[in-house]
Amino acid sequence: MIRLFANANYDFIKWRRWAYGLTAAIIIPGFALFLVRGLNYSIEFTGGTLIQVQTAEPVGPDRIRSALDAAGIRDAEIQQFGAANEYVIRARLGRADAAVEGSTETTAAAVDSALARTLGPAPEHYKILRTEAVGPKVGRELQGKAFLAIFFSFIVTLVYLAVRFEWRFGLAAVLATFHDILTTIAFIRYLDLEVSLVVVGAVLTMVGYSLNDTIIIFDRVRENLRKFRRQNLYEILNLSINETLPRSVLTHGTTMATTVALVLLAGEVLRPFALVMTFAIFTGTFSSIYIAAPLLMYIEKRWPGEDARGARALRPPGSVPLNPPPPSGSPEVRSKAAV
Amino acid sequence: MRTIRSRLIAIGGLLALAVWQLIPTDVTQRVRDATTGRMKDTTIRRVPINLGLDLQGGIHLALEVDQSKGPVPDCADAIQRAEKVVRTRIDEFGTSEPVVQIQGRCRLIVELAGEKDPARAKGIIQRTAFLEFRITDMKNLFRDALPEIDKALQRAGVRASGQGAAAASVTQLFGTDTGKAKGKPAKGKAAAKDTTDLNAPGPLSSLLFQGQVNGEYLVPEEQVPVAESLLARPDVQRLIPRGLELKLGTEVLSRAGRSYRTLYAVEDRPIITGEYLQDAKATRDPLTNQSVVNFVLSRRGGRIFERETGRHVQDYMAIILDGRVQGQPPVIKSQIGQRGQIELGAKPLQDAQDLALVLKAGALPAPLTIIEERTIGPSLGQDSIRDGIHAGIVGVALVVLIMVVYYRLSGVLAVAALALYVVFTLAGLAGFGFTLTLPGLAGLVLSVGIAVDANVLIFERIREELQHGKLVRTAVDEGFKHAMSAIIDSNVSTALTAFILYLVGTGPVQGFAITLIIGIAASMITAIFVVRTFYMIWLDRRPDMATLSV
Repeated sequence: MIRLFANANYDFIKWRRWAYGLTAAIIIPGFALFLVRGLNYSIEFTGGTLIQVQTAEPVGPDRIRSALDAAGIRDAEIQQFGAANEYVIRARLGRADAAVEGSTETTAAAVDSALARTLGPAPEHYKILRTEAVGPKVGRELQGKAFLAIFFSFIVTLVYLAVRFEWRFGLAAVLATFHDILTTIAFIRYLDLEVSLVVVGAVLTMVGYSLNDTIIIFDRVRENLRKFRRQNLYEILNLSINETLPRSVLTHGTTMATTVALVLLAGEVLRPFALVMTFAIFTGTFSSIYIAAPLLMYIEKRWPGEDARGARALRPPGSVPLNPPPPSGSPEVRSKAAV
Repeated sequence: MRTIRSRLIAIGGLLALAVWQLIPTDVTQRVRDATTGRMKDTTIRRVPINLGLDLQGGIHLALEVDQSKGPVPDCADAIQRAEKVVRTRIDEFGTSEPVVQIQGRCRLIVELAGEKDPARAKGIIQRTAFLEFRITDMKNLFRDALPEIDKALQRAGVRASGQGAAAASVTQLFGTDTGKAKGKPAKGKAAAKDTTDLNAPGPLSSLLFQGQVNGEYLVPEEQVPVAESLLARPDVQRLIPRGLELKLGTEVLSRAGRSYRTLYAVEDRPIITGEYLQDAKATRDPLTNQSVVNFVLSRRGGRIFERETGRHVQDYMAIILDGRVQGQPPVIKSQIGQRGQIELGAKPLQDAQDLALVLKAGALPAPLTIIEERTIGPSLGQDSIRDGIHAGIVGVALVVLIMVVYYRLSGVLAVAALALYVVFTLAGLAGFGFTLTLPGLAGLVLSVGIAVDANVLIFERIREELQHGKLVRTAVDEGFKHAMSAIIDSNVSTALTAFILYLVGTGPVQGFAITLIIGIAASMITAIFVVRTFYMIWLDRRPDMATLSV
């Protein structure tokens, strides 16, 4: 029988400051880059035209650029896409032409004729595999929707966790997930991945996955809090993380296996999605251990729970339980009444 | 023992249901007829999972009412007219299952799977609608010309394909039908005439059955392409009486379990066209409780209409939008001026609203602009499917390997449950008629990795319990019991985010969310229920088992 990390007893919480440092080292430069250069949004969000062509021979992006230049189509990005003879041409809408609806599809036709002039007639010399023309209005709507989706998923999970656990757990889980979104944005920025709606989908799935991971640990915390009345929260968090460690490693392994398979084999269109998902699984597992658990401890310290869980967190390990602290909030009520 | 049996029955039932959903069935598809170049219905056998445009190739268009030349006051109304128009042209698309639907308030989505020529598709959609009123063939000139046409076709070597038996059943059917239609005041005098000569086995006449109205014929639905191709022949065209044209109707009538399309012989000259129409409204007359459509013509149109209807009292007037006769032609009861009313009798108000929409579509064409266009070549879709399946196989194989190596026999149980999980998920997609998209395919692969999580949780828990010195049977029971809350909480929260993704997402992303949600549901069933049953059987066979292979 193979057993990984059975009866592990690592002091995870002790390393929390190092973890904070590591995560800050990822997020801050990534975010600085994000603020300076923005993200590489797909035309779904910006509006514009995307054309994927397959040429009979690998002609090279320069040849395609000159073809487009000759036809007066400027500012188009040309990128080799997967195979050597496949290219993606992107013409994003600038602010200037954003007012004109319906101009994007004429660009597609213009690119087609420009290619025909330089490379030769269509089916023999080149083939258009895919075109997307998105008007600016649709792009603006999608941006709004993407933010809305992330926002609502936060609210809904916060409510769900508040009902199932307690608001302190919910807050810690949501903050850890928020951290995951930040690191994922930094990751997307580092690799300069194109942010399409599918990638937003990956980020949202990551939200679900990361919460899932956090919940598994918190579920164990909830159980251990009931079981070990005398331990403080620090110890219980460590115990719970260690107990669920084999599961974290295993599930991490199986999901990672599928996403890596997607990265390597599922083709160019899905690659950004698969890359983001792979990173998301990593960061989701990391944040559940190093962000969510210490945050829960911090929140308990700050706003102690009524069943003395917070009080336990404050005591040094092994000390005798004292009387529960007086219910917080009552002094404030009095001072308000005085005013 | 009883519980094991009932559990096995439940699993067997679920599996049978799932497999039944996935058996290749006959699916009606419209395909281009090789000889005539027209669209016709055929049935093909395939696994009933719908593939998204990104997997099978095709065109996706999002259209909005063009407001660049001034604001359109009621865009919801305008988009409904546009939808009506695009729907009447649906046959012109060279595609199997065109999707035309209104999204939100004023947006029209058209999805044409398999269509390769975006320019042609856009041309069909954006063409201005043309509405006309024409008088039907009141003197039955077309019917009288049928023997001649049949003879000409026989000379050209065309054989009759209609069967005598089917014809007889239809004639019989008409007996009941005429009785039903008695309420109509100006019923065609010719309708009562014998229909036997019409059903004589001629190449064309064997396909046609007399309708209720002069100039109306019924064509069995499956024979429509044949009839169309026969009518399009130049030798037939020559013999069609001067001043007449044949137009297919939009209505599909069902008689004795067979469906028929209407075909009308109408005058080739319209008595009035849509340009004179100003407005149309559907209401329900509170006194007679009848559905009516009131329409208003322009003053000039009113004069023309007055003159024409004066000459055609008691005649039937076909309402033709884009070359298709809409609904049943109403009878002209009296001279009509600027304001007219079409009575639909006891038909539901919905029919009247549809007709009003038709009239308005011809009167106030809604210019559409394309705000989003996606064209995916069929080869790209095939590549995506192939790559996706490769990635899926490799990913799943890795998961299987990890589970079997790490959890040994218990891992094998989990893998068996995983096989059920894949069948259930695919059956869920097929059964609810959801569409599998490229991100959906990725979601499916990903969910396999996530699906084993529930089993991992349970197995780890069982290992812990065993370690605490519990007996095998108790350890299994406790393992399932304690893992449950974590499984439910984590799955519900993932499903919630997927559901939000479904609500805000479009097309492919919705496909991803759906696959994920179905996958979560299926994984809960297999990981908890199915694996538990496997354990029960296992422990039942070996009650004295001291160690568990987990």
